[in-house]
Amino acid sequence: MADTAMKSLGGVLARQGILVAFILFMVGFTLWNPRFIDIDNVFGVVRSSAILGVMALGVTFVVIGGNLDLSVGSMLSFSAIVVLDLHENPAFGPALAIPAMFAMTLCLGAINGFLIGYLRLNSLIVTLGMLSAIHGLTLTYSGGQNMDIANQNDTWFDVFGRGSALGIPIPVLIFALLAAILGILLAKTPFGRRVYAVGGNDTAATFSGIPRARVVFMTYMISAFCVATAGLIQASRTMGAQNTVGQGMELEVLAAVILGGASLLGGSGTIFKTVIGVLILGFIQNGLLLAGLEFYVQFVVTWIIIILAVWLDIATKRGKLWSPIA
Amino acid sequence: MTADTPALRLEGIVKTFPGVRALDGVSFSVLPGEVHALMGENGAGKSTLMKVLGGIYQPDAGKIFIDERETEMKGPLEAKANGVMFIHQELSLAQELSVAENIYLGELPRKSFGRVDWDTLYSRTDAILAKLKVGFNARTVVGELSIANQQMVEIARALTVDAKAVIFDEPTASLTDAEKVVLFDVIEDLKRQGVGIIYISHRMEEIFRITDRISVLRDGEYRGTLETAATNEDEITQMMIGRSLDLSRNHEHVELGPVALRVEGLSCGHLFQDATFEVREGEVLGFYGLVGAGRTEIAETLFGLRKPTAGRIILKGEEVTISSPIEAIRKGISLVPESRKEQGLVLGMNCRDNMTLPQVGDLTAGPFVSDGAEISIYDQYRDRLQIKSPSWRTTVGNLSGGNQQKIVIGKWLSMRPEVLIVDEPTRGIDVGSKSEIHNLLRELAKQGYAVIVISSEMPEVLHVSDRIIAMYHGRIMREFTAAEVTEDSLIHAISGIAGDAA
Amino acid sequence: MQNDTVKKLVKNGAIWAFIVFQLVFFEVAGQWWSLSDSAFMDADNMLLLLKQSAPIGIIAIGMTVVMINGNIDLSVGATYALAGIVMLDSMNWPFMEAMGDAAIPLAWLFALVTGCVLGLINGVVVWKTGVDAFIVTLGAMLGYRGLVFMYNGENPTYHLNWTMVDIAEADILGLQTPAIVFLAVVLIVWLVMTRTVHGRNAYAIGDNREAAVNAGIRVGPHFVLNFVLIGFLAALSAVAFYSGSGSVNPNDGMLFELWAITAVVLGGTKLTGGRGSIIGTLGGVIAIQLLRKGLGHIGADTETVNLVIGTILIAVLFLDRQLNRKGAEELKV
Repeated sequence: MADTAMKSLGGVLARQGILVAFILFMVGFTLWNPRFIDIDNVFGVVRSSAILGVMALGVTFVVIGGNLDLSVGSMLSFSAIVVLDLHENPAFGPALAIPAMFAMTLCLGAINGFLIGYLRLNSLIVTLGMLSAIHGLTLTYSGGQNMDIANQNDTWFDVFGRGSALGIPIPVLIFALLAAILGILLAKTPFGRRVYAVGGNDTAATFSGIPRARVVFMTYMISAFCVATAGLIQASRTMGAQNTVGQGMELEVLAAVILGGASLLGGSGTIFKTVIGVLILGFIQNGLLLAGLEFYVQFVVTWIIIILAVWLDIATKRGKLWSPIA
Repeated sequence: MTADTPALRLEGIVKTFPGVRALDGVSFSVLPGEVHALMGENGAGKSTLMKVLGGIYQPDAGKIFIDERETEMKGPLEAKANGVMFIHQELSLAQELSVAENIYLGELPRKSFGRVDWDTLYSRTDAILAKLKVGFNARTVVGELSIANQQMVEIARALTVDAKAVIFDEPTASLTDAEKVVLFDVIEDLKRQGVGIIYISHRMEEIFRITDRISVLRDGEYRGTLETAATNEDEITQMMIGRSLDLSRNHEHVELGPVALRVEGLSCGHLFQDATFEVREGEVLGFYGLVGAGRTEIAETLFGLRKPTAGRIILKGEEVTISSPIEAIRKGISLVPESRKEQGLVLGMNCRDNMTLPQVGDLTAGPFVSDGAEISIYDQYRDRLQIKSPSWRTTVGNLSGGNQQKIVIGKWLSMRPEVLIVDEPTRGIDVGSKSEIHNLLRELAKQGYAVIVISSEMPEVLHVSDRIIAMYHGRIMREFTAAEVTEDSLIHAISGIAGDAA
Repeated sequence: MQNDTVKKLVKNGAIWAFIVFQLVFFEVAGQWWSLSDSAFMDADNMLLLLKQSAPIGIIAIGMTVVMINGNIDLSVGATYALAGIVMLDSMNWPFMEAMGDAAIPLAWLFALVTGCVLGLINGVVVWKTGVDAFIVTLGAMLGYRGLVFMYNGENPTYHLNWTMVDIAEADILGLQTPAIVFLAVVLIVWLVMTRTVHGRNAYAIGDNREAAVNAGIRVGPHFVLNFVLIGFLAALSAVAFYSGSGSVNPNDGMLFELWAITAVVLGGTKLTGGRGSIIGTLGGVIAIQLLRKGLGHIGADTETVNLVIGTILIAVLFLDRQLNRKGAEELKV
């Protein structure tokens, strides 16, 4: 009896381990410092995680579809620079700058999707190439200059990054709304089902009449859309941006997705889990800051947590803690 | 050492995995200079036993004796050091390395500073290759060799040590007849040198041609050893499956409907040429031939996975072009593919989602997938095909082979196709499910489906088909009705000599 | 068979053909459009090029070995920075200062040991946990970067020792120390990969891991050794570079992993392991550096270099696939 109880507990841990860890972590930190769970603090954490989080939502689709997207970091820089530049361009202004930036970022996503979906090229190398190419594109576009909004009092552009509605910061609202929409898209629609099928076994998916190329293409479009949204929040929050604002974020985003439990092999993961992954990273950072530690301590903690999380995940699957590698 | 001291003896080998007793007290022995067949259904424990012997798994109980000396196989190197060599079914070669490096993989001769002693390596290898009379040398890169020649590299590897016992695991799966002759010569040679040989194969014809004794495993248990000369196929089959499988010839007469599919002069490069045949509603058309004869490729072409280079496809009297599986499905063709795990199922998905995958776009309520519609389809086909699964939520990868195959069949039946193509319907599944699937295929024909069955197992083809097409080297050699076909004529036809025989 | 030989030639020679093309193109373009008054293929220029490609190049050589093994290492940039910090900071320790110039080799040793230890950690984690190297080193990339920051906060670490600078800038036949180190690494690792048992086993493991295991090769320790090697090389790269520059920024080495992988892939190494060559990677490293310099030479924006390299990387991948196509009979999956 106790044995079965242990087993089912083990099962829950295996399936929802990351959630359990998250809750334990939150409870522990709250006991140590009640300010941790303070509503302002929570909003603060979510708001500062929103950019990474929104990107992670899109990358979740790509990863479940069995691919990688390393270009999201430089794509973020691109979209932030472009929207700021167009904002300053009298022919556009904020109302036109935003849709124009979305269209341009989606074009980049389409290139990824075309090369990886339709031409079947390796996603790691294609998006690595795109990382470099988009970075070059951004630098060429900006001439290497940082972008700033000159007249900051004269625009409503700051609402996406700094505004709030009903007491909730707008970036948090955008993150939550996008997570809900994409979560439903992934879990409840035929398209979502096809993403899982293609990532789980693309040959079997093709043999089942699923248009593999189109599905993969769409995952990159979703990823690009999320990056554009994140770029908008980024640009609006700082009202200016450097060419390298997104540098290195591709791997942090991937870390959040993996921490949430998506497999790099594709076919598994959920939006909910990714959100948990993002929040864990955010709250760890916050918790460490509250503990008076520097921001970079979180890097080390993240490292250990990622490896432990993935290790425990595969250890429960193979039923052995240590790997069978000779 | 006398002839009756076994070269290799296993005693009471037990190996359990979580929930499964894979080997349950297996004992048998191989004499020097003997070819000993090891037979059993897939899952009977042959490969587990070989992994125990090769030191890849450690047995929970039991002993291994080599020349009557108890030996513990702690790892692959130990097996090799003790003179036990393996020739694997799946080629275990590194494609980018040379023949010599592959043969001496794991024990390349060394000089100082860990350098490879190339001279020794190449001269040793060439000496071995000379014995095998092969047309390549030690420096050839393995990736440039044909599959058969790669198999010879595997065999050469077994000759590098003073082998006491050599295990051949389905060695002829990818060999041509001429290459088989060379292989059998090599085995004969080894035999003469007093090596004990374990020969694992499903091919009765080979078993009776080259083996001296046959040991049979069933469900991880040792069922006994027979003298090859004193037994027959039926007796072995009985031992393997524990009861006889009804594979009586199909003589039922069914009212045939109109022609569902007609194919004229269909070709695809050198894969198959000029295939012409038709299948009627209510009929099972069998395709029989060796692996690589072009049967699967025809099915794939009909399903839009290959682009035909010539020919016409006429579906219900109307000529069609099929350029993708999506189109094939829309036009009413379904394919239960050859490889269940690679092509048929998304193993990490649950039963229901796998079954409804091709039509998930139609099972919607608004923009969302309708849970109810999906579950009702799953329930319907679970009952109809008697799928044994704890729940629709069960991950398909956790089901038995037979139930997995039923999920695939259910997936395609639920599409209500005009033509159902089933490629290797019972590969790797247990006997019980096998006959259920056979009955199901007959049943479907009775209900008016046009069914095409592709199989490498002659009894299966004979059992389920109304007509049989024999293929050889990409060409249709002959068409038989159930009434006229004999095993001999079928074997002749698929060996490329049908033209003369007919 | 004939066709295969041609394909092989195209594949192995492509990177060098590309380098020759670049040399000619930038030379001619430079003169034709009078964009530059100096020759491009000038000896000094080429020697400088080798020196400039050394930091990424040395790491790329290690990356080649790890990728032939079927693994990858994303943590090299952080390892590079940490080794640099350890080297320069150790020079400031009292007992080291007391030793004067004799402390220099000791500082180098500390840096190299740091690299080896970081590589060892990655290797052991990959071996013992069975977690994919991509994830392990992705985590380590963050973790090691955290260590870099923890060492000295966000401040740069510096120590200028003129003897060390002299050593770093010494030259033989015009080749400066970093270039010599780079070429020596290429030569030694090339010998290891083509001539030694360890090198041949690396190919075998990447090509067919199960076969290697069955042949009794101990895959785990082999992986560890190669991760130690790449850690060592990342540290060596730091030693070669920071001995001359004398100052490490905590953000140094970021994106080095991606540049190194780009060079390795351009050089023809397969992502899935089993195929690749050290000489090919040398070609890849030179091609990238040549492009950087060349675009500058003809007066193009240096910013465009990223654009061009990214495009070339994708084009190479596309061409490689076209070369490997089986033609019209291919199964459409």
